Amino acid sequence: MTETSSPPAGTVMFPRPKKRIRGRSIAILVFLTMAALFFCIPLYVLVTTSFKTMDQIREGAIFSLPEVWTFEAWRYAWDEACSGITCEGLKRGFVNSLEILFPSLIASIAISAVTGYALALWSVRWAGGFLFLLFLCAFVPFQIIMYPLIVITVNMGIYGSIWAVAFIHTVLAMPVLTLIFRNYYKDIPPDIIKAAVMDNGSFWRIFIEIILPMSGNILIVVLIMQITSIWNDYLIGVTFGGLGAQPMTVNLANMVTVTTGTVSYNVNMAAALQTAIPPLVIYFVLGKFFVEGIAAGAVKG
Amino acid sequence: MPRVSFEHIVKKFGEVMVLNSLNLAVDDGDFLVLLGPSGCGKTTLLNLLAGLSDVTSGRIMIGNRDVTELDPKDRRLAMVFQSYALYPTKTVRGNLRFGLSASKLPQEEIEKRIAWAADMLQIGPLMDRRPAQLSGGQRQRVAIGRALVKHADVLLFDEPLSNLDAKLRTEMRMEIKKLHEELNPTVVYVTHDQIEAMTMATRIAIMNGGKIEQFGTPDDVYERPANLFVAGFIGSPSMNLLPATVEPGGQARLADGSPLDMSAYAFGAVPPPGTALMAGLRPEHFALAGPAEAACRFTLKVRHIERTGSDVMLALAFGEATLTVRAAPADAGHLRTGDPVSVQFPKDRLNLFDAGSGRRI
Repeated sequence: MTETSSPPAGTVMFPRPKKRIRGRSIAILVFLTMAALFFCIPLYVLVTTSFKTMDQIREGAIFSLPEVWTFEAWRYAWDEACSGITCEGLKRGFVNSLEILFPSLIASIAISAVTGYALALWSVRWAGGFLFLLFLCAFVPFQIIMYPLIVITVNMGIYGSIWAVAFIHTVLAMPVLTLIFRNYYKDIPPDIIKAAVMDNGSFWRIFIEIILPMSGNILIVVLIMQITSIWNDYLIGVTFGGLGAQPMTVNLANMVTVTTGTVSYNVNMAAALQTAIPPLVIYFVLGKFFVEGIAAGAVKG
Repeated sequence: MPRVSFEHIVKKFGEVMVLNSLNLAVDDGDFLVLLGPSGCGKTTLLNLLAGLSDVTSGRIMIGNRDVTELDPKDRRLAMVFQSYALYPTKTVRGNLRFGLSASKLPQEEIEKRIAWAADMLQIGPLMDRRPAQLSGGQRQRVAIGRALVKHADVLLFDEPLSNLDAKLRTEMRMEIKKLHEELNPTVVYVTHDQIEAMTMATRIAIMNGGKIEQFGTPDDVYERPANLFVAGFIGSPSMNLLPATVEPGGQARLADGSPLDMSAYAFGAVPPPGTALMAGLRPEHFALAGPAEAACRFTLKVRHIERTGSDVMLALAFGEATLTVRAAPADAGHLRTGDPVSVQFPKDRLNLFDAGSGRRI
């Protein structure tokens, strides 16, 4: 080695072996490519079909690009498509989904953050038992308690409204969210809370001024989690929403499954994309803050 | 009237007794250091005073107020923590301001106090930075500033210097001492570092196993340790403790048979002949060649030598045991392991303890 690449006199060199492509890395690349195709091909078909006319779709070449790019299917899906007996398109479901999303998001995060804070940093009687109970609740399947929940919402007089759906989302998310917040707050150095207790002592003041500003990272995580799960939910929406308060997913399902006459593939695919876009936007917007939050190391005392 | 007093304090964690009927009173303007090994209850005692944990029984008074049942914020105390405990999302100014947030002071007064503390601790240029942008020493200053702005009745320190490096620790030690001399607040300071305790305290309470072993000035605990625990704990290297037996005529005999002259010792009560003693000889009081007025003299072999630059520590073979002697490099520089050396101990520096009870006699 030293003979072949004789370095200039006086310098010491430690040549590194060149990196070679090994069989193992080729296998990994092939696997990753296949995995990527597995997701990309259906997505490609979905997107291109939504821009095609029905005439072109009937020709059957599903991988071809649209001959004429048209937004007609998108407009129709949004404005006119029928789901069940109403023909108002997806926009009705979109508004419903937003109306469900905001109250349940705010209520579930606010309540579980405060509960987690109390459990982690204040001495709460029976906190251990309560945490265990929460842990158990997090694993109860929704289907088991569905019927009692229906009875409860009926008795509360909110069954079949936006509020029923939002209420159920809030309640079901609470155990997991509380555990997440509690575990996050448990890692805050105890001296900080002791100092705050001596300086001010108010439960709410400490939460708002000291603890909440330290919670940026976990709030983003929980926000992404909740928005995705609430927006994508179908079962709660279809069970508690009734006719007037169905979220976008239920609206979409009705539109796609209950259609008389020919199946409008382009409208269905446009509708599916319209339903899927909002959580994607959230991923892109908040994902950036998520990474920034981690990089800033906000909690380092 | 004492500024802070603990009266019959009992603290149990479950079934474990941490403090058992402890009494302690500190005068106004005193710098009290609670000193002791880990787990001796000193931090527990500080937390009880701060109100961060509750007493099982007993009473805590600050001035003439009974604070035992008060919330921490109502006790008019300020505390500096070992980990600084600065609020990470607030600026230095915000940290100082939050310290005053419960006090309902007018805005003007708050600003005045913050400016005063910033000036006092020379943290003015750092006021708009966050804790993460400060060095360890700067964070410690801010933590002290946050305690000072409150103008509290008593300042509490919980091992505030143990996270700093050696040089910074010495500087901050001087600075805290200077602050105490200028502002003269009552201070309760917890540490396991005896140098900190000896240099800063006006009163030291040495604790062990939940009890106060000795309470006195730094000179008291060094010159006249009340018992074997304090004798062994204070001083570095620690005091040599040699068993001896009392003989008639103010004499005693050490375990190796050499005599010990106790004639210059200020006895509380002269023990009868035959009493088993422990003689405490501080390594720094030995002399290699010195006055004839010696309580005892030995010629022993050097087992081990440790040079620190300013001193030479000699570990001498005293039978099976080791006798530690501190000497000046000029006197002991030539010594090697195995060399015989003569040492003598002055009469008036002797400490004597009852071997049974461990108490000073």
